[in-house]
Amino acid sequence: MEPEIRSLVEISDSKPALRSHADIVLARARWAASIFQRFDRETTLHIVEAVARTAHQNAGKYAEWAVEETGFGVVEHKKLKNELTAMPLVDHYRDEDFVNPVIDEARKMVRIPRPAGVILALTPSTNPIATVNFKVLMALMTRNAVVISPHPAARACCVDAVNAMAEAAVEAGAPDGCIQVIEQPSIPLIEEFMASDKTSVILATGGTAMVRSAYSSSNPAIGVGPGNAPVYVDPSAEMQDAAQRIVDSKSFDNSILCTNESVLITLPEADKKLRQALKQAGAYLCDEEEVERLRRYLFHDRGFNVAAVGRDAVWIAQECGIRVPAKTKILVAPVTQLGVEERMTREKLCPVLAYHVAKNQTQALSQARAVLRLTGAGHSAAIHAGDSQIVADYARSVEAYRVVVNAPCSQGAAGFQTHLAPTFTIGTGYFGRSSIGENIGPHHLIHWTRVAYNSDSAVPFGDYQAADFGFDGPLPHAPSDGVPGAGRSARPSRPLTSAANTGSGGGAGVGMDSRTREELRRLIAEEVRNVIKGGH
Amino acid sequence: MSQEKLEFLQRSKEFWNPAKTQDWQDMGVDLVIDKREGYYLYDMDGQRLIDLHLNGGTYNLGHRNPELVEVLKSATERFDMGNHHFPALARTALAEALAACAPAPTMRYTAYGSGGGEAIDIALKTARHAMKKRKIVSIIKAYHGHTGLALKTGDERFSKLFLSEDTQDEFIQVPFNDLNAMEDALKKRDVAAVIMETIPATYGFPMPEEGYLPGVKKLCERYDALYIADEVQTGLMRTGEMWGCTRYGIEPDIMVTGKGIGGGLYPIGCTLISEHCAGWLHEDGFGHISTGGGAELGCVVSMKVLEMVQRPEVRATVGLISDFMRAGLERIMEEYPDFFIGIRQHGLVMGLEFNHEQGAKPVMKHLYENGVWAIFSTLDPRVLQFKPGLLLSQPDCEDVLRRVEIGIGLARDEVMGRGSRRGAM
Repeated sequence: MEPEIRSLVEISDSKPALRSHADIVLARARWAASIFQRFDRETTLHIVEAVARTAHQNAGKYAEWAVEETGFGVVEHKKLKNELTAMPLVDHYRDEDFVNPVIDEARKMVRIPRPAGVILALTPSTNPIATVNFKVLMALMTRNAVVISPHPAARACCVDAVNAMAEAAVEAGAPDGCIQVIEQPSIPLIEEFMASDKTSVILATGGTAMVRSAYSSSNPAIGVGPGNAPVYVDPSAEMQDAAQRIVDSKSFDNSILCTNESVLITLPEADKKLRQALKQAGAYLCDEEEVERLRRYLFHDRGFNVAAVGRDAVWIAQECGIRVPAKTKILVAPVTQLGVEERMTREKLCPVLAYHVAKNQTQALSQARAVLRLTGAGHSAAIHAGDSQIVADYARSVEAYRVVVNAPCSQGAAGFQTHLAPTFTIGTGYFGRSSIGENIGPHHLIHWTRVAYNSDSAVPFGDYQAADFGFDGPLPHAPSDGVPGAGRSARPSRPLTSAANTGSGGGAGVGMDSRTREELRRLIAEEVRNVIKGGH
Repeated sequence: MSQEKLEFLQRSKEFWNPAKTQDWQDMGVDLVIDKREGYYLYDMDGQRLIDLHLNGGTYNLGHRNPELVEVLKSATERFDMGNHHFPALARTALAEALAACAPAPTMRYTAYGSGGGEAIDIALKTARHAMKKRKIVSIIKAYHGHTGLALKTGDERFSKLFLSEDTQDEFIQVPFNDLNAMEDALKKRDVAAVIMETIPATYGFPMPEEGYLPGVKKLCERYDALYIADEVQTGLMRTGEMWGCTRYGIEPDIMVTGKGIGGGLYPIGCTLISEHCAGWLHEDGFGHISTGGGAELGCVVSMKVLEMVQRPEVRATVGLISDFMRAGLERIMEEYPDFFIGIRQHGLVMGLEFNHEQGAKPVMKHLYENGVWAIFSTLDPRVLQFKPGLLLSQPDCEDVLRRVEIGIGLARDEVMGRGSRRGAM
């Protein structure tokens, strides 16, 4: 019934039209959020799992689509990321409870989780689907409604992916409209979404301009700045391992994760051994002239050459007229200076690694600080060392909120080969002009109402074990009187909250039979092993 | 009341409508609407009201909806009312857009009136021309407007006053939800058309029983009468579907839309006509002339209205508002079971029924005093028309329910006495 309306007067780009468009979408989200808050944990988990399963099943399809649409990255790595942000993400948070109140008898307090409401989630073109999966699932875990604003360069795959997830959510009993996507994103439209009083919080992952704009919107925002991770390889490190991890990290999805190492810093005593190890791991070390070619190719006057984002090393070498072996995984560019004079020390979302030899540890630390001063403050840094003291010195020195030790930084800082919270939104904190310095997770999407009793022991605390916290579940459908089958239905006095439970015997695997669950666990375990092996 | 308002009301009596101005004062509603925005009305003394009257859906998308205001403003750069005799860009474009979302595939043409009443007259004239018969059947307590023919289909409350009631036995009225009576009226095959509000609004939204409307349609087919759907109050997504009749499985021969189609900014009425009854448009296209009908500025606004109400988000929101209001009203009903005795509902078309023959009037008054504007049903004052807008926000809905609970409680005390028993809870 979609009419073709020949609008003779075109106003769709006008501010009132854009604002109205945003308001209508956000109002629907707000409705969904208000109903979602009535859901109990079991039902919520059931929805989360259903959506995660859909995301997991579609991981490969959207990996291909995203690479085709954006030209960024490696299909198999994207597939992996898309999977990691589906079921394993849910598993990671399975034992955390974002729904039930916490009763603290000792301190005479009850904490009630209060979902943010409507989350406006901006997603980047570099990690489109993984970020979509991540943000949607975080929102669902915390019973929030989410509106995804995809990067225009990855619009089609994101719209399709979000719609598939929305469908799965509603099928699993989620409130209609709890997952929506802006189908035709444009900067003026997104600005209206960001400025609307119906938006509860903006989760901004993307370019600096967008993140700053989110912070200027007048709404609460969790925006994250760019990365530019220094990696220091101390002579106390195992050179082979360090080199292998760095190459694995830089080649993972062609360095498209903002957590990838950008500038390697080492010391003269490790230099030769490290170069050798890097070569063995698949790196190509450029000579001075080749570095100049790379520099010219990667950095234009206006900034980084977008054509190189997420491209593989051989492709980039070819573009620059550098002859490299076909198996080359990363290009290493030795540089003598760091900072504004050397563009190669800026963020590079491609498998090109600047390589600098500092005189001593003190200088290495100061150089690492300089890298983050240039860009990437508050983001990530990595170190490979056997000596804990140098790790401590490095960690307190660099202005980064995560320092990955003896692990690939791309994956490690994002929580995939470390015990950091798995995320596709890296909080860059105050160093990086952001509100949060941790890896962003579901806990950032709720606030807690704290019920606090008189601390005087003479005043007794209440009994909340059996209290009703309003898990009333979905609203019954209003009747459409006189329409066959849609008339008044009996309204249960206490609507079922876990109608979705298919009787799997309870426990964590709500709505999934044990065999499916086992199979999924097996698959996840396998994938995680693969990641740890670094894709060999 | 401010001195300013008092003086204004005096002028209103003097120059506009003395009785109507006074009637509202007598009913305890001293409203003079000044500023308006979204679903809020502001009395000239500053009181804010959430509008659940919406003039029968005229303000479906809110008062001065910014997108509609923008399209109207932009339209004035290019259009004015237009010349009603000539083929016109905007009139044709709107007709095309209406055909694309019409409730029957045969509906092709749109004839325009300057409002719903005129559009009803066009529908009735169209039916008479097509069927070569004069009789029109409508529902007792039906309401289709105040123009010449529309007036005769309705309650005598409005026609007799002007000595304009039917005296030729051409307008037959039958009770709603009574198929036998309908068949009796039709079986002589001398009826040109049955005109039906899908859910009679001014009668307090009694809901059609299951099978009633399809039954009427079948009878029309059997006895050679056309079915005219008056979708002025039930169309444009108010039932969660573009046209209410579709929800009951009806494909009318002729359909009228008005009120909301003009977005509350430019009055317009539209009569959608199926090919098989569009004879006059072929025979004598000058048959109905309306200088104001289908003014092109109005057509541009209407096209935007059609586009907006059909957005998937709007449809979804209508469902959510319906469910939420229902759940909340049922709770209120449990609280005052001796007074608030029924909810009639189809989507956002709602009537609240009270256990007193004028019960909706005190409720209206107390709601008014508590910041909600909803009007009683003129032809059944037991029932309050309760018509939330398509885009009413969640916080506003919650606030409406809060205020309604208070207002109904006060009205109940007024009507039933404070001492009598309330329901459980």
